[in-house]
Amino acid sequence: MPQKLHYLAETPSQTAGPYVHIGLAPGAAGFDIYRQELGWDIAGPDAKGERIRVEGIVMDGTGSPVKDVMLEVWQANADGFYAHPEGGGDVEDGFSGWGRVITDFETGEWGFDTVKPGPTTGRDSTRQAPHLNFWIVARGINIGLNTRLYFEDEPEANAKDPVLNLIEWERRRATLLAKKSERDGKTVYRFDIKLQGEDETVFFDV
Amino acid sequence: MLKPGEFYQRNRERHPPALTRDYKTSVSRSPQYSLISLQNSVSETTGPVFGHNDIDPMDRDLIYNYAQSGESAIGERIILHGRILDENARPIPNTLVEIWQANAGGRYRHKKDTYLAPIDPNFGGCGRTLTDENGYYYFRTVKPGAYPWRNWVNNWRPAHVHMSIFGTAFCQRLITQCYFEGDPLIPECPIVKTIPDPEAIEQLIAKLDMNATIPLDTIAYKFDVVLRGRRSTLFENRLEGN
Ligand SMILES: [Fe+3]
Repeated sequence: MPQKLHYLAETPSQTAGPYVHIGLAPGAAGFDIYRQELGWDIAGPDAKGERIRVEGIVMDGTGSPVKDVMLEVWQANADGFYAHPEGGGDVEDGFSGWGRVITDFETGEWGFDTVKPGPTTGRDSTRQAPHLNFWIVARGINIGLNTRLYFEDEPEANAKDPVLNLIEWERRRATLLAKKSERDGKTVYRFDIKLQGEDETVFFDV
Repeated sequence: MLKPGEFYQRNRERHPPALTRDYKTSVSRSPQYSLISLQNSVSETTGPVFGHNDIDPMDRDLIYNYAQSGESAIGERIILHGRILDENARPIPNTLVEIWQANAGGRYRHKKDTYLAPIDPNFGGCGRTLTDENGYYYFRTVKPGAYPWRNWVNNWRPAHVHMSIFGTAFCQRLITQCYFEGDPLIPECPIVKTIPDPEAIEQLIAKLDMNATIPLDTIAYKFDVVLRGRRSTLFENRLEGN
């Protein structure tokens, strides 16, 4: 018998279930308990860069909106730095880069305000195009789904992005591109996520 | 010089697959295409950092954090405690742990829960805390009740506490559920059974911990959570560009 390797095994995931809001966004569940809920302000007041709104819907395989989904966002600031000791550089005071987003229970629409991130350093000194990292949980999702939002108005950076280029099927890359529009003078990016079916969003094993 | 490097690949065989037909809601909410496997970049090896300004000490006490003054939640008083570790068995300090659960009767305080068991006016059902420097966390709460749910006509969830954990990197993000030793509903539950590996299911069952009880006051269960581990790399296979 060879020696044993003494690693622990990662705890298995379980669905967040229909009542995820109680734990992670209790205000949305209909009650007020904490001094402050976490993840409502991603960029803070002092962040540099373009202020944007990001909106969308998560759809299931039948084409129906998923109304009980919770999304978390993780992003770099306008300089391409994450608010983390290994994030590449200093970020503005109040910039957390992390957000928690829940849907309107009636329509399934979600949205949040933030700043557009800059390009980040990728593996082997590549440049990653500006992107937002998403983590999606809901009833019926057994393990959180990771995906990325890229910006359709960054065609040059996107064309060189090492992650987009890993996706063998070029037409599937389009599922990660947020569509730009303008509303009341503010830039809005639309990012619909399809869990299944035609034009299923690309999800990553990170 | 050893540097923190990439995270160990997630062993997807210990986790439930996306599509699990006996848990019906997964059928239309599971991606059909394979996940695209990524090697870590800074986008995955970093993650949000929380501090003591973000939360209050009382947030970890579900018996009192929503109760009227002088009152407390109804139910079997328990301490739920343990450590958050990585796969190298190293504790993860200062990481955010959030929980939510039904009350002692099996009812959630949520607009969408219509189960006939009563709402407990003194129980909110959520708590949060940061692990200490040893990766240790604890909550005080009441043991949640079992409750019925619509899947097959007669499905009951075993008593469980939902738990959300961050770690230090966005790729460690995890939501799971903690069950309680000895509950006969555990092997009956289609959500538990989304996990194919029986040993992995056992990892979700908290053990009665008599040493941590407070005599004549509160019983205790121990529940350790393991997040993905990380390589300490030599320079030749370090994570380039970070
Ligand atoms: Fe539950």
